[in-house]
Amino acid sequence: MKVRAQMSMLFHLDKCIGCHTCSVACKNLWTDRKGAEYMWWNNVETRPGTGYPTGWEDQEHYKGGWRRDEKGRIKLKLHSKAGGLGKLFYNPSLPELDDYYDPFTFKYGDLFDAPQGDQQPTAIPISKITGEPMKIESGPNWDDDLGGSDTYAKNDVSMEGVDAAVRAQMEELERVVFNYLPRICNHCLNPACVGACPSGAIYKRGEDGVVLVNEDKCRGWRMCVAACPYKKVYYNWSTGKSEKCILCFPRMETGQAPACAHSCVGRIRYMGVLLYDADKISDMVSKPDDELLDAHLGMILDPHDPDVVKAAAASGIDDGWIDAARNSPVYKFVKEWGMALPLHSEYRTGAMMFYIPPMSPVVSTIESNLVKLDLPEERKDFELLDQLDKARLPIKYLANLFSIGDEEPIRRILRTMLSIRTYKRRQSLDGTELDAETIEMLAQVGLSVNDAEDIYKLTTLPTIEDRFVFPPYHREMSIEEINDPLAHKGETGLGYIQAAHRGP
Amino acid sequence: MSDHWIQESLNPAERKWEEFYRNRFQHDKRVRTTHGVNCTGSCSWEVFVKDGIVTWELQATDYPQLEEGLPPYEPRGCQRGISYSWYLYSPIRVKYPYARGVLVDMYRKAKREYQGDAVAAWASIQDDPEMRARYQAARGKGGFRRIGWDEAVEIAAASTVHTIKQHGPDRVAGFSPIPAMSQVSYASGSRFMSLIGGVVMSFYDWYCDLPPASPEIWGEQTDVHESADWYNARFVAVMGANLNMTRTPDTHFISEVRHAGAKLAVFTPDFSQIAKYADWWVPTNPGQDTAFWLAVNHVLLSEYFHERKVEYFQTYNKTYTDGPFLVEITDGVAGKCLRANRLASHADVENGDWKLLVWDEDAKAPRMPNGAIGDRWASEHKGRWNLEMHDSVLDVDINPSLTFADDHDGVVEVDFEVYGGDGGVEARPVPTRVIETIDGPVTVTTIHDLLMARFGVKRGLAGDPNTADYDAETGGYTPAWQEKYTGIHRDTVIKFAREWGRNGEKTNGRNMIIIGAGANHWYHNNLLYRSGITALMLTGSVGINGGGLAHYVGQEKLVCHASWGALAFAGDWGMAPRHMNSPSFHYVHSDQWRYERGYREYDSLPSVHPAKFDHTIDHQARAVRKGWLPFFPQFKENPIEVVEEARKHGADTDEAVVDTVVERMKSGDLELAIDDPDAPESWPRTWFIWRGNAIGTSAKGHEFFLRHYLGTHSTAIAKEPDDHGITEVKVRPDAPIGKMDLVVDLNFRMDTSALHSDIVLPAATWYEKNDINSTDMHSFINPMQMAVPPAWESKNDWEIFQKIAAKVSEMSQKYLPEPVSDVIMQPLVHDSIDEISQPQVVDWRKGEAEAVPGKTMPKFKIVERDYTKVGEKMGSLGLGIRNNGVGAHGLRFKVDDFYDELARKQPDQSSRDGDGPLRPSIKRDREACDAILALDPATNGEIAHRAFEAEEVKTGQSLTHLAAGSRDSRVSFADLIVQPRRILTTPTWSGKVAKGRPYSPFTLNVENLIPWRTLTGRQHFYLDHEQYIEWGESLPCYKPKPDHAMLSETEESLAEGQDGKLFNYITPHGKWSIHSTYSENDRMMTLSRGGYPVWINNKDAAEQGIADNDWVELYNDNGVFVQRCTTSSRIPRGSIFVYHATERTVGIPISPRRKKRAGMNNSLTRVRLKPVLMSGGYAQFTYSFNYWGPTGNNRDTFVYLRRIENPSY
Repeated sequence: MKVRAQMSMLFHLDKCIGCHTCSVACKNLWTDRKGAEYMWWNNVETRPGTGYPTGWEDQEHYKGGWRRDEKGRIKLKLHSKAGGLGKLFYNPSLPELDDYYDPFTFKYGDLFDAPQGDQQPTAIPISKITGEPMKIESGPNWDDDLGGSDTYAKNDVSMEGVDAAVRAQMEELERVVFNYLPRICNHCLNPACVGACPSGAIYKRGEDGVVLVNEDKCRGWRMCVAACPYKKVYYNWSTGKSEKCILCFPRMETGQAPACAHSCVGRIRYMGVLLYDADKISDMVSKPDDELLDAHLGMILDPHDPDVVKAAAASGIDDGWIDAARNSPVYKFVKEWGMALPLHSEYRTGAMMFYIPPMSPVVSTIESNLVKLDLPEERKDFELLDQLDKARLPIKYLANLFSIGDEEPIRRILRTMLSIRTYKRRQSLDGTELDAETIEMLAQVGLSVNDAEDIYKLTTLPTIEDRFVFPPYHREMSIEEINDPLAHKGETGLGYIQAAHRGP
Repeated sequence: MSDHWIQESLNPAERKWEEFYRNRFQHDKRVRTTHGVNCTGSCSWEVFVKDGIVTWELQATDYPQLEEGLPPYEPRGCQRGISYSWYLYSPIRVKYPYARGVLVDMYRKAKREYQGDAVAAWASIQDDPEMRARYQAARGKGGFRRIGWDEAVEIAAASTVHTIKQHGPDRVAGFSPIPAMSQVSYASGSRFMSLIGGVVMSFYDWYCDLPPASPEIWGEQTDVHESADWYNARFVAVMGANLNMTRTPDTHFISEVRHAGAKLAVFTPDFSQIAKYADWWVPTNPGQDTAFWLAVNHVLLSEYFHERKVEYFQTYNKTYTDGPFLVEITDGVAGKCLRANRLASHADVENGDWKLLVWDEDAKAPRMPNGAIGDRWASEHKGRWNLEMHDSVLDVDINPSLTFADDHDGVVEVDFEVYGGDGGVEARPVPTRVIETIDGPVTVTTIHDLLMARFGVKRGLAGDPNTADYDAETGGYTPAWQEKYTGIHRDTVIKFAREWGRNGEKTNGRNMIIIGAGANHWYHNNLLYRSGITALMLTGSVGINGGGLAHYVGQEKLVCHASWGALAFAGDWGMAPRHMNSPSFHYVHSDQWRYERGYREYDSLPSVHPAKFDHTIDHQARAVRKGWLPFFPQFKENPIEVVEEARKHGADTDEAVVDTVVERMKSGDLELAIDDPDAPESWPRTWFIWRGNAIGTSAKGHEFFLRHYLGTHSTAIAKEPDDHGITEVKVRPDAPIGKMDLVVDLNFRMDTSALHSDIVLPAATWYEKNDINSTDMHSFINPMQMAVPPAWESKNDWEIFQKIAAKVSEMSQKYLPEPVSDVIMQPLVHDSIDEISQPQVVDWRKGEAEAVPGKTMPKFKIVERDYTKVGEKMGSLGLGIRNNGVGAHGLRFKVDDFYDELARKQPDQSSRDGDGPLRPSIKRDREACDAILALDPATNGEIAHRAFEAEEVKTGQSLTHLAAGSRDSRVSFADLIVQPRRILTTPTWSGKVAKGRPYSPFTLNVENLIPWRTLTGRQHFYLDHEQYIEWGESLPCYKPKPDHAMLSETEESLAEGQDGKLFNYITPHGKWSIHSTYSENDRMMTLSRGGYPVWINNKDAAEQGIADNDWVELYNDNGVFVQRCTTSSRIPRGSIFVYHATERTVGIPISPRRKKRAGMNNSLTRVRLKPVLMSGGYAQFTYSFNYWGPTGNNRDTFVYLRRIENPSY
């Protein structure tokens, strides 16, 4: 057992506001500069929708991620047809500017400088790259809030397999709906970007699993851009190097949440340590589709298990990290309560960010041009508990995103949330004395009353300390290997990369 | 296999490069601050400064926690706020003073001609119509020139002095919105206006954020829950409030309370962001929520009050609502509440016209409970203003009857107007009793019984004609009746109502309605709100944590309003401010009244009243002369000269001056400006705008502003009717063009208002000044703190207005050297004895009553002004506060000891040498912050204690214990910097917050029996003001939305071309802006579509050959707007949505139809005032600034939409 630690983020999608504060926090901090204009290391997608870059989930087109061949071997999709290196200079699956957008701004200065004329001046749109006037025809969040769009929502790749009648209804009042999907780099266990890099510039940090592009070593081949199925590596046209989400490691190393997670006003994000067995990666990613999700989740080790603890120590994992893993809110949601799933596990990269799928309103019917909510005749606390198919967001759609098309895990998670809501509602309206029916309802989703309370509390009441549990990074120990920490105390910030040079 | 690809690295030497990102993250300073206008989020932020530059911001997360079991507030802050740092160094930042070149040239030339006399130079330009027209026509059309601060301030001051001297100080107007978010910045201009006698213009009513139903029902401007209290609700109905957009940092309480077991219903016509959280999304037709809620009430009254009586609901309605109060029935008409002095036993009671009666179930006799407004203003027997069901004349307790249904003398048929459908009148049975009065027998019923009848509940009374069961489509507000308006099936209404009733019963009122602009911006918004509030009152949900109406529309809670009010309106120097309701100001002065035929075209009044020809402007003029509403300019003469003239004619006291004014008004010799609004003597002349977008996104009828205020181009094509049908005011043949001499804008960005102003002064951004910020949304006070000094040549507003004031004083040495007296005309005001001045509606001018100031007409105050001292007074806190204390909610309490303490801490140097007491300096923004914090009950526990002492005298209830626990608490600006601080419980508010309890409005009323500030002292289902009876709105009711045929704003456009299709034009709050702020910034433009999309249903679009992202032109008679569109089935058919508050400064093409630069969202609107909301001088219907009066509604607008090919810029 080779135990490794992974910093993981969990997104409680039921709580997501769709505000994009996370995206702006990230942009302000990391990608607000020349060459990085179009980079959105963190973005939020309205779903159903086509996402950013447009249609990124269409791996028939983009060839991202890994493919399992007939013999159960794993290869980069990108390399499936022709040889890898042969494509270095011509790569048809690389996203183009149109798949992203032409970054724009406006000629604001004209408002001050326009000479007196017959018309009021206005700041016209111009390209951020060329400075020339342009038409704005796309953006990084172009289909924001566009439920029921025949141009965007309809063309969501993950809608495949959803019943045709339901799909048609989703373009009508009866079932129109949208939800949000925030995305960052998944800091995968089997990153396709690492696998694709001809320069060996991309690596996964041993201590926390953060996947980084070494800006010194990157030669701008852009194979990572194509290979990443999530399209979360970007090419900086100004520096000629690729860049990607760094999980705000300078913040995590100092016990602060990444900017996206810190700024999340929906309080949907949780962070914590997961321990996994690195020896099992190749086995996991080679599983057939129907075993893949279980294997994926099975990678995560129980930090309370004495054998795991022993193996972790033997693998050089600090006590503080093991302790953090035990208190990890991500571990609780993913493993203890089974409420969170990875995004598109079928890409076989071993994504290490997790999502709790969202609830949605009950569908309606139209009766003589009147809208009638599809409610049962007898009163229910939450009617969807017994009829999940009447949720506006189709279960199949969520399954395509989070469980390789298998509806069972989604149904179980949604029932878990609705059961806890029902329990809490009965407690509020009928008093704290629990009836047998309520206890049985919780038992059906495998919960004790204490479990239900714990899930309730971590879902709604957590403080920043409950949501973000960071391990001690012991930077002094890493620094010690290259510099005396006492000397470093006096030198840090003066620069290793751009050391001060004596003038001529 | 893949293993060899996974390069795992633990080697620090290989990873030295990681410092690349570490270095980027390093910063020099983190500063706590916040964002300052319009947005009411009041979020605590940390601004990161690196190399002297603000580089980014992230939320501070250290809010004190509230009581156990509530989610914490952190983090607060949204996508807009986090993009603010862009503005500081952006190309849209105003870095230097600017002025229109053509005006600068004229001014410099004139100044040379007048030997450097700025005022004379300015006057010469104003006296030359050609010059005036020339620079006015250039407004908004480029030609800005950078000038120096001295010259910019000089022109502003010269225009101010010229206006005061030539026309009167009430021709100088100042507009700035929402003080709560940067209280000192707001106060800068309002203090200046108040010191010179200028007009302070309101915003809350103008923005249509004021919900008139709140004063109607509760006598309260607005008082709402902090967002943490949403978590205490167990059934939440969200109506017209897209919380994700407007309350972004609070939304988590909604997503979270669902997991705590609450049910969530969302009422929006579109599948909106908040709908994603709903259990039930109810897509009512736009603006038709009223019908839905009326039907909900029908079910509630039937099932929870008639078929079964729920004890909690009964007790609540008897104690806290006007339900048991008695109303006179005469000839089948429900009239006024029966007055206590009509009983022989109570005939001599003080203020007997203002005390009311209930029926005692045990004594079988009428009784007068404590707490009516007559008790509030008692001069004898103080201490009876409380909610005790006790008759203090007879000294007996009362067991009030809510209904006579089970025990009555008779059943009388009462007429109820049916609006909509076929209309008509329906007579419905009401159980009555006959009461012996000094005028003989009077038939009465209870308000609750009237409610039952109005809703058409079938109660088995004398055959029940015209009452209905759920499936009847007429005869009451039934679930079947509402279908044709809402588009929602009756089955859904019934299920909703039953769950609403059950939740209320089982949780003792933890039913909450969260409501917003989507509901409040309709013409009949008061009726919409009342329909929902009725369902809250019936279920005993108001004044309960987790229950009640949570109205969030531009809500602003200036928690320290007692101390701040004195500072902001110069009460410390004995000034009486000229508070003006902006809806009337703009309706009149921007001449929008001239383009319509008045309210009778679109308001539905009872058919029983003769359809007399009347115009809104007539009603407006009557409201002013009756003292119901303010109006400025007040006279067609300079008010300073009016006093001088009176004194010349022997009026040697203030009383004598007022007598002269009244006599001159009565004789018609002294004309009110409102009676001849277009006379040059009636125009506003100099306009200061700061912290707001008064010409742009705040301007309903924007294009009329451009024409009549500014005198520049406009895309309006509306025509005036041939016959206005106006009787009260003079209609001059040609509407004036360009009334404003000078418009000065203080701004950090070149927004629409700045672009159209004559002078733009560079204002400090929110990260460059110190201020205080508070909100309704939470119970903390946040500091705004200077992270970096004001960039380039910018200055903070507090300093800018002191500069202008100093210059005005300097120029006054020559032009206004001696102290002068100014007569201020004020309306009857709320929270004063004026509330009991007009038991009947009478018009002195028509001889229906004597003209008595403060009773039948406005009041007049004489104020002495020394214009040479204005500059000095701005920065010094005057002794008025020390001598008179501070006050709010009709209470006043002493603060002299704290004033002296403050004066010792921050002495005004100039007061050290005088013989009077030392005064505090407020020259610096931070000193002003500390003055506000030190002298208010919300931040000073001792003062809170004193405020409760004052309230004890009025109510006779024991209250000071509520302040005992926090009596030692003090908050200073230095404390706020360390951590946001929580406010204290104080009677200047209505909620209790001790021990981390979340603020919920009216908990003080419910738990401590403090009356609401209404006629009965209770919450009102019934409004018996004569105007409400005349308008048919005495009870909650349904009135149809005004449609395009009634509004006359599309006829000229139709004539212009027939290629467009008519849509209802909905302008909800945007996702990428807080009003117009942020909207044009690079980040938000990028995350939206690089513009201001027009949302349209995909089928509506397809019918017109429109595809997603096509250009469309929206136009009506008011103006034009051109943008690209976004198509989706989430938008209801027949409506188009444009997120409100667009700018015309960024990416707006030329309109192909009107050939001019297309405007902005308000280019399509025109304001319509609802006259019934002008009622005054009667209990809760008494004017207060931003508190009561007609609102600037804009939601009923209709526009044509057509596809256009790529337009040019």
